[in-house]
Amino acid sequence: MADPMKIRAKLEGDLLDVRVLMAHPMETGQRKDGAGNLVPAHFIQTITAQLNGKLVFQADTSQAISRNPVFGFKVKGAKAGDKLSITWTDNKGDKRTDEVVVGAG
Amino acid sequence: MTEPFRRTALKRTGALAAAAMAAGLARPGEALADWNKGAFESKTVADALKHLKIAAPADTKDIVIRAPDIAENGAVVPIEIQSNIPGTKSMVVLIEKNPFPYAANFDFAQGAALPFVALRVKMGETSNIRVVVATVDGKFLTAVKEVKVTIGGCGG
Repeated sequence: MADPMKIRAKLEGDLLDVRVLMAHPMETGQRKDGAGNLVPAHFIQTITAQLNGKLVFQADTSQAISRNPVFGFKVKGAKAGDKLSITWTDNKGDKRTDEVVVGAG
Repeated sequence: MTEPFRRTALKRTGALAAAAMAAGLARPGEALADWNKGAFESKTVADALKHLKIAAPADTKDIVIRAPDIAENGAVVPIEIQSNIPGTKSMVVLIEKNPFPYAANFDFAQGAALPFVALRVKMGETSNIRVVVATVDGKFLTAVKEVKVTIGGCGG
């Protein structure tokens, strides 16, 4: 299981400013290791974000996203106590979900 | 790629997309689509757009792409994209000169997420970053921003 994400969700009025850091190598499949062998591609392909179980933001991603990806997005109509949950799935079928409770702004 | 070829390719894409809509294959209202393998494995922007069923996007000034003019490290290039187009449903990010240009697609739930995203991408060399916005009424609009890369971020 991959390391937990770091999720920062800051409430400004009813706007939730989200920043998430995912621990992932994001291997392109084109890089060679020290012995000259190609490192197989290993990267996050889909990301979903749900506010109180409702899908608000979704991404499909390629190996062009930098290592340990950081994404920022903004959710409308949020309030303190809401649950924000983020899930990623990679090309090897590994996945991880983390959840935060929105604090008062 | 020569310009005339690209034009024909785009025209063909348009015809394909129209056919797909008519056949009910493209479902614009649906947010959750499968990871588009064909588009992600495309080696040219034209091919990627064809797989994404994006037809002849029109240039716009209403997509704001914030990225450095010069990136010292191509492995981590921060980008912020904001669409000021009403009814923005999704954003496609293409790095035109990367081996596989299609970098990401972002879907925004209407009324629940602002059409804004921040991300970090790898760039192999100096390239245009192209963003294509799809609207809820099926329009495509596009804008570009060039980023000069001094050290590439692909390969080893």
